[in-house]
Amino acid sequence: MSCPVAIALQYLLNALQLGSVYALIALGYSMVYGILTMINFAHGDIFMVGAYLAMWATLFLLGLPLNLPIIFIFLGSLLFTMTLTAALGVSIERLAYRPLRQAPKVSAVITALGVGLFLENFTLATIGPEPRQVPAIIPVQQYSWGGVAFTNVQLLILVVSLILMVLLDTLVRRTLTGMAMRAISYNRVIVPLMGVSVDRIISLTFAIGSAIAGAGGLLYGLAYPVLDPYMGIRIGWWAFIAAVVGGIGNIRGAVLGGYVLGTVEIFTPVLLASSTYRDSVAFSMLLILLIFKPTGLLGRPTVEKV
Amino acid sequence: MLQRGIWQVVRVLSCLALIVGAVGCGAKSEQEVRLGVNAELTGSKPTVGDSCKKAMELLAEQINQQGGLKVGERQIPLKLFIEDNEDKAESAAAAAQKLISQNNVLAVIGPNASGNAIPAARICEDSGVIMISPWSTNPKTTEGKKYIFRACFIDDFQGQVMAKFARQHLKADTAAVLYDVASEYNKGIAEFFKQFFEADGGKVVAFASYTTGDKDFSSQLTTIKAAAPQVLFLPNYYNEVPLQVKQARNQGLSCAIIGSDSWGSQELLTLGGADLEGSFFSTHYAPDIATPKAQEFIKAYEAKYGKKPDDVAALTYDAGLLLCNAITQAGSLDRTKVRDTLAQVREFEGVTGKMTFKGGGDPVKSAVILQVQNGQFKYFASVQP
Repeated sequence: MSCPVAIALQYLLNALQLGSVYALIALGYSMVYGILTMINFAHGDIFMVGAYLAMWATLFLLGLPLNLPIIFIFLGSLLFTMTLTAALGVSIERLAYRPLRQAPKVSAVITALGVGLFLENFTLATIGPEPRQVPAIIPVQQYSWGGVAFTNVQLLILVVSLILMVLLDTLVRRTLTGMAMRAISYNRVIVPLMGVSVDRIISLTFAIGSAIAGAGGLLYGLAYPVLDPYMGIRIGWWAFIAAVVGGIGNIRGAVLGGYVLGTVEIFTPVLLASSTYRDSVAFSMLLILLIFKPTGLLGRPTVEKV
Repeated sequence: MLQRGIWQVVRVLSCLALIVGAVGCGAKSEQEVRLGVNAELTGSKPTVGDSCKKAMELLAEQINQQGGLKVGERQIPLKLFIEDNEDKAESAAAAAQKLISQNNVLAVIGPNASGNAIPAARICEDSGVIMISPWSTNPKTTEGKKYIFRACFIDDFQGQVMAKFARQHLKADTAAVLYDVASEYNKGIAEFFKQFFEADGGKVVAFASYTTGDKDFSSQLTTIKAAAPQVLFLPNYYNEVPLQVKQARNQGLSCAIIGSDSWGSQELLTLGGADLEGSFFSTHYAPDIATPKAQEFIKAYEAKYGKKPDDVAALTYDAGLLLCNAITQAGSLDRTKVRDTLAQVREFEGVTGKMTFKGGGDPVKSAVILQVQNGQFKYFASVQP
């Protein structure tokens, strides 16, 4: 463990794990923005709800006297969490955002902040403020390869997030629904004339974005198995920066931004000797980037149509 | 002319209201001993606030069942005013302000975490209201203040105890520290540990920090692992330590792990599980070697709440007892008289051991070292000051 290359690789692996979680949540911010040009500030809290749902699903499946195989418990919890967070996202859109679709943008943003506060405080009131422990679905196994230590859980997080990202990318780029999404994000006025139901596509966007945040919550719970009602705030902010850095509205940009932010978080304490600078480094980076490239790394400038 | 007359009436009425109000308040404060509780009921350490509230409610119930607190010739019942400080510095100060100006309390018990206790202490000191923090071990809480007390030892002593323990018992020559730089308690004790460990001939090879609320410590732990310490000191709160230990073990860091009194909550065991097995930490009292006085308290607490009291509950109970004894001894509800009595308390027998105050706000008392064994806290050693 004294070899500097091994240490650098270890940091990189840490960054990949954290970046995967940020990327999954950043996707939701980016998709909603792409289609509605609205920032869904409740997204971080949907992630938090997802983490709690995953915990209950796992506890329930582990408690059954069936001795289910691990892979089944994992997939069962994942499916349960993604379904319920998708339903939550769709209901939030239906109840809180749709009535405001014609209202000024700022109303929707403030409503989103309100929905986020509601989710936090509802969780606080019903579940209580005590931190909760996520049961270990998968017995942790440690491996060491050339001085770099990693666990099976870390690998699982990397692989599952990668699969989800590829699936989403395929959905948006290769299917008819994806085409409708891209069309709506391009022009929301003309598209309904082509026979596309805008409401249905928007609901679907919220469902997919929230489901992915739910999956993020489950994976996060595996890596950092202590949950509290406020956990969504900081992660939500960081994922939001990730989405902006990558170019908000762009799916691949969100993933790239997630990994960039993960790297910033891991390498700041290494290079600056204190983790206290973490947030200031991340936000300064955002500010500087926005000065030189206001649309983010992969974002395309919007052309004002006359 | 008419307008002037109305003004006269208003003036007279408001004067009357003031007088009635003052008399009313005066009479009221003689009928009950008003105590404030400034606790972390929500936020990141809700267990701490809950224990503090429960212990004070138990004490008030016990005293009121006997007809109240003896003050001079009379028996006066206790009345508690409980405020939530949300585990935030600004809310802790606001809660102290509210207890003083709205509820007109004689004294405040809490806050518990040093980050909250230090700002609240400033407010109480400026208003001349007694404050006893059960659990705040950072020296700054009482430093240079007249009305601020605590029921626990301070971090200089705790840092010294753990540094000595690491050097002598664990035979460690090198140590690493990971601490929360944004919290007064964690930062203070980390620095004292480093100072005493190095004064004792050891070397601190990594001194890494993070910020409250962080969940990922992998970056700092990689740095620590690269420095290959023989012992890792984690002077952090019970809700964060389990994640830190888990991540340290996952990175293949296999050295001994030690901690401080912020570990002493049952939550640590439910959240941390097997990863904490064998770790040591310093704290205020050990339930398994309880004195008769402590056993009595543990029994009463268990009967009322159905669970064992943690160190915050025991210290809060002691803080309340200290205050009540001082009020009885002073024979008055005058804040200055009670304060002067409190500062001279000798050999007070509390749940967490004997305490002596030497004119200031910090008691002289012993510490114990506990070990996690089979998922339980077990007594390991006592350290005298």
